[in-house]
Amino acid sequence: MISLAHYLTVAAILFVLGVLGIFINRRNVILMLMAIELILLAVNINLVAFSAFLGDLTGQVMAMFVLTVAAAEAAVGLAILVIFYRRRGTIAVDAADRMRG
Amino acid sequence: MIALLAFYLFATLTIASAVAVIFARNPVHSVLWLILAFFNAAGLMLLAGAEFIALLLVIVYVGAVAVLFLFVVMMLNIDFAALRSGFTRNLPFGIIIALVLLAEILIAVSAWKAGPGISGAAPPESAQPNIVALGELLYTRYLFPFELAGLVLLVAMIGAIVLTHRSRGDARGQNASKQIRRRPQDAVRNTNPGVGEGIEL
Repeated sequence: MISLAHYLTVAAILFVLGVLGIFINRRNVILMLMAIELILLAVNINLVAFSAFLGDLTGQVMAMFVLTVAAAEAAVGLAILVIFYRRRGTIAVDAADRMRG
Repeated sequence: MIALLAFYLFATLTIASAVAVIFARNPVHSVLWLILAFFNAAGLMLLAGAEFIALLLVIVYVGAVAVLFLFVVMMLNIDFAALRSGFTRNLPFGIIIALVLLAEILIAVSAWKAGPGISGAAPPESAQPNIVALGELLYTRYLFPFELAGLVLLVAMIGAIVLTHRSRGDARGQNASKQIRRRPQDAVRNTNPGVGEGIEL
C-alpha cells in the first residue's frame, strides 16, 4: 500500500532537485525560476500527502494558496526578466550589477 | 496493488522529468519537461485523493504558468549556450550541496515519529467528495485568506502589466473629449453633385 513515507520521499527528491537546479544553472534566470517551481511543487506534494493521511483538508487549502503565490511569483518574475532583457540584452544573473551588488 | 504501481510510475516520471528540467540544454525542452513533471505530480495527488488540487495543478501550472514560461523563452533572443558556461564548474559543488540536503531531509524524516492522528496505511475515505469538502472549508473558515489570495493575484497581474508595458511614441490613443465635443453640424455636410462631376472632399 502507498504510505506517507512514499510521498515524503518523492517530495524530498523533488525539492533537492530544485535546489540543485538553482545551483548548477547559476547564470540562467529562466531555469532558476523553473527550479523554484519544482521546489514549490515538492512543497505542494508534501502538503497534500499530509492532508490526505491526516484526514484534514486544511493542507489542501494551504496547497491552493501555495499554488496562487507560485503563479503570482512566476508572472512577476517573468515580467522583471522581460524588462531586464530589454535593458541589457541578456538574462545572465551576473549582468545584474547596476546596483553594485 | 494497481495504486502502488501507478504511484511508482508517476513518482518515477516526476523525478525523471525534474532531472531533465535542470539538465536539458535547450530551455524550451526544459519547459516541456516541466509540463510532464506537473502532469505526473497531478497524478500523484489524484492517488492521494486530492482531486481538486490535482486538477488545479494541471489548469494553473500547465495551462498558465508553463505557457507563460514558454512564451518568455521563445520571445527572448538569447544565446543559451553562453549561459551554460559555468555549468560544469558548478556541478560538483551543486551535487555536494544537494546530497547534504537530501541526507539531512532523510535523517529528519527517519527520526520523526508519526503522531496518533496519522495512519501509516491508506488515506481514510471521506463521506463527501473532495471538491465539496474543500469548497465548504474554503468558503467558511478560510474565506478571508481566500479573498486575500485573489488580491495577491490581482496585484501580480497589475504589477506584471505595469512592468512590461511600454508606451510607444507613435501610438495614437483615443481623445474622448474631442470626440464628444464634435457636433453634427460641423461633421456632416449635405451636397448635391451633378451627374459625372464627383464631389469635392
